[in-house]
Amino acid sequence: MFCQELVIIAEIPKEEYIEKCTSACAGCSSSLTLRYVLKAAGHDSVLVVPACCTSVIQGAYPNTAMNVPVYNVAFASAAACASGMSEAFLEMGKKTHVIVYAGDGGTLDIGIQSMSGAFERGTDFLYICYDNEAYGNTGMQRSGATPLGAKTTTTPTGKTVEKKDIDAIVAAHHLEYMATACSAYPQDIYKKVTKALTFRGPTFIHILAPCPPGWRYPTEKTIEMGKLAVKSGMWVLYEREHGKLTISAPSKAAMKKPLPLEDYLAPQGRFKGIDAKSLEILKQHLAANLKKLTAEEAQP
Amino acid sequence: MSSSVKKRDRLAVSRPTEGAAGQTGSWRVFKPVVDKEKCNECGLCAMYCPDGAIDEDLMVDLRFCKGCGICANECPKKAIAMVREEK
Repeated sequence: MFCQELVIIAEIPKEEYIEKCTSACAGCSSSLTLRYVLKAAGHDSVLVVPACCTSVIQGAYPNTAMNVPVYNVAFASAAACASGMSEAFLEMGKKTHVIVYAGDGGTLDIGIQSMSGAFERGTDFLYICYDNEAYGNTGMQRSGATPLGAKTTTTPTGKTVEKKDIDAIVAAHHLEYMATACSAYPQDIYKKVTKALTFRGPTFIHILAPCPPGWRYPTEKTIEMGKLAVKSGMWVLYEREHGKLTISAPSKAAMKKPLPLEDYLAPQGRFKGIDAKSLEILKQHLAANLKKLTAEEAQP
Repeated sequence: MSSSVKKRDRLAVSRPTEGAAGQTGSWRVFKPVVDKEKCNECGLCAMYCPDGAIDEDLMVDLRFCKGCGICANECPKKAIAMVREEK
């Protein structure tokens, strides 16, 4: 297991496309994710970033930490901008990768109409949603991605409705490639981004990005938290290629011997004092989701 | 042509620079100290560092390390200790 990891680390390019250092919080898993996304994409790529944490951590004018061109745009327009950009590159005969790097607010809530439009038009681009399950940039307000029972500044007693199933919404657009990933598995992110960029047409990757100040856990536990999310089954890693679902290795291992959900919730301050009813609903949905995905994978 | 080049020079463009967000090492409360005796050079610390502050030779760049402690937490050999910064 350990050896295998080493081999995969060696495959990942040494080049860094983020100069030291952004002004992201200590222990930020979004900047970790972005490191690997850019390693996979290479220098011939353009990032389109709607309002999110990544648009404020780039550094102060006239300097930037980003070593690739970044287009900072309004919340609702990321996929629309990427559409135009992708068409322009096509017209110029360039093979530049257009990557939208958006947060969960810019994907599940505000940016969903332009994203859906771009998917429907079949624009050639990669949409990455890094999901910290709230509006982190403005101080953790609830978003459509916030799970049931989680406390945020706008849901001080815990959210009363469930997380929006964006993956099902995206799957309904019948993309050639879509995947989920988690910041605690950088090699997996690298592999999935590399694969997504080989497809012509829209592709989507949904990445869980634990957030220390927002989820209220100590900064050093970022990787641990991501791994707990996967091992408890709260977050399932999979990819859907031409409609065929494959559950990724870490989640397959987790399904055989899942950790109790409480192990994932207990270290997080946002789930402190979650009521038994919400916990029960979370568990039921976790089980239903796993069952649904296993059934889909088993289909010929 | 020359006028368009001139115009482009005047565009407000941010250029990639090291330390674009300042010397973030000053944020640190605890600094990582590596015990080279215990280290087996697996490279997991460098892989998990969110800011890429650990280089190929597994040296921590203390100008930029924010002291999050992920490297110490993920080290399989427990070779990294987080030590409080002297004032």
